[in-house]
Amino acid sequence: MFLDRFRKPPPARAVLALYDDPDRLLNAAALAKEHGLEGIDAFTPYPVHGLSEALGIKKSWVPYVTLVMGLSGAALGLTFEIWTSAFDWPINVGGKPYISLPAFIPVMFECGVLLGGTMTLAALILACGLPNLKSPILDRNFTNDRFGLYVPEYGPGWNEERILRILSRTGAVDVKVIRV
Amino acid sequence: MSDVALSPALPTEPLIDPRKSFADVNQDVSAPLERKPGMLWKVCFGITALLTLQFFMEIGYQMYKGIGIWGLNHPVGWAVDITSFVFWIGIGHAGTLISAILHLFRQRWRTAINRSAEAMTIFAVMTAGLFPLIHLGRTWFAYWLVPYPNWRFLWVNFRSPLIWDVFAVTTYLTISICFWYTGLIPDFASLRDRSTGWRRAIYGVLSLGWRGSERHWQHYERAYMMLAGLSTPLVLSVHSVVSFDFATSLLPGWHTTIFPPYFVAGAIFSGFAMVVTLLVILRKVFHMEEYVTLQHLENMNKIILVTGMMVGYAYATEFFVALYSGNPFERFTFLNRARGPFAWSYWIMVTCNVVVPQIFWFKKFRRSLAVMFVVSILVNVGMWFERFTIIVTSLHRDFLPPNWSYYKPTIFDYSVIVGSFGFFFMWFLLFCRFFPAISMAEVKSVLWSAKKSAAREAPRAKEPAHVS
Repeated sequence: MFLDRFRKPPPARAVLALYDDPDRLLNAAALAKEHGLEGIDAFTPYPVHGLSEALGIKKSWVPYVTLVMGLSGAALGLTFEIWTSAFDWPINVGGKPYISLPAFIPVMFECGVLLGGTMTLAALILACGLPNLKSPILDRNFTNDRFGLYVPEYGPGWNEERILRILSRTGAVDVKVIRV
Repeated sequence: MSDVALSPALPTEPLIDPRKSFADVNQDVSAPLERKPGMLWKVCFGITALLTLQFFMEIGYQMYKGIGIWGLNHPVGWAVDITSFVFWIGIGHAGTLISAILHLFRQRWRTAINRSAEAMTIFAVMTAGLFPLIHLGRTWFAYWLVPYPNWRFLWVNFRSPLIWDVFAVTTYLTISICFWYTGLIPDFASLRDRSTGWRRAIYGVLSLGWRGSERHWQHYERAYMMLAGLSTPLVLSVHSVVSFDFATSLLPGWHTTIFPPYFVAGAIFSGFAMVVTLLVILRKVFHMEEYVTLQHLENMNKIILVTGMMVGYAYATEFFVALYSGNPFERFTFLNRARGPFAWSYWIMVTCNVVVPQIFWFKKFRRSLAVMFVVSILVNVGMWFERFTIIVTSLHRDFLPPNWSYYKPTIFDYSVIVGSFGFFFMWFLLFCRFFPAISMAEVKSVLWSAKKSAAREAPRAKEPAHVS
């Protein structure tokens, strides 16, 4: 797939801790961060408030796409209206000026929303690396009632035993090592 | 989705039973999709499919014969078709209001109803979009409405509100689908993970391989917020643009500046009534009483009451300004609405939209399923007649008395009205069967807040026992 070239290859090993309570996951995420574990991710059935802060994930860039694309859509719409009505086929409609700005506002606005909205969805899909039908699903209950903390192998400092030790004290239902 | 909205100072009824588990939510919402459809669903689907069939047969015959088969004539050139167009577009507005505006205002009670309300929006806009197309008469030239480079070297007239309509309605449909689909992605993943075989494959593709990673949720939540932010002005613009179709003309009764807000309030009013109608049935048939509670329905009934009064206020303002303006044509048009040959339509509108919703001042009636079901249907009858009154009574007596006539619908007019309802409900029934009717992911976040506040309440409730 075209998108695969943007995707990082999955790590060979990872530690996965499973929780049945979002608060325990939040505490575990904070603890893992405190111990300097890198590249951590979490899997949750719904967006848990405060989790991305606990994991230190950067704010999403999707809103910038909305802003830029919304403004571009509006600009393109207005340009097109002016070009068709005043330059390519200037025609007198009821004595109105060729560039009838107030009358052009609704279509300009709709073009902005159309481009902004569709590109927001496109940006979301791109940002999440979707469609992604190949990566393994680590636990089927992540979309149901299970919360998972995921610590992938991140380099020479990665110590399986140490991570297992840290996460075993966080009230996890299960802590396991995954090998791909 | 923050927890800010749950103020501990106000004793609120929980939106969901805190004893439920996260797994219960998935189980309860997915159950109707995983069992064979019941007899009731099949019968309803059969009826609506038949109505849809006759709808398209009527459209086919009308494309063959011309729009003269309707009761349209001089001077009433717009009647049931444009009335239904405005009616169905209006129905859609409540869905976007629930999903976008209530999201921005952090009204968490929307989580149980936003999915079905958004579905309603999409199907209503689809139904609405058919009407201007068939009203064209030569439907096969509908693509002329789109500005595309052509060998006639012509462009559309961007100064015409009818072209604004084309842009507004198509944008509205597209963005509503984007917004709806964004909300559905995590729920499709939930369905994928609990099913096997071909269902797993289909829901897997629909979910695009969503796996609930926090890095993805981070993008997801921001994107959802952006779409809500875009949909909010969009929904206000759509019915404003629809009202411009009338307001920018010079016809007394149409040429008023009050139209955009008046139309938007009316759209939200009728849309909420349709949501109540649909949800009263949906929660019963699919056993969703624990998710769509009386609290949800009561909140919607309050909105119906408020928007109903806004609409009533607009009627009064419109009438007062017409009388006060000193313009004899304007004054005549409005007196003709209330006392002329279409007075029956005007008074149906006033009764259903202004008088009937007043019953919701009483909590007992706001929480009564039978009362709200009847009121919601009456409101929609009233709102259909509101558009009919605006369109037909303004047209049937124009500036030249020799032109005056009465509009009489033919059997084909009735056929499109009934057919459009069949078309709309058929899609809604299909939606209930194959898509999760309640947003599982969003309900879970509300459920967790409910669990936490229940845990906070519990020790407090025990205190009196310790004292005694």
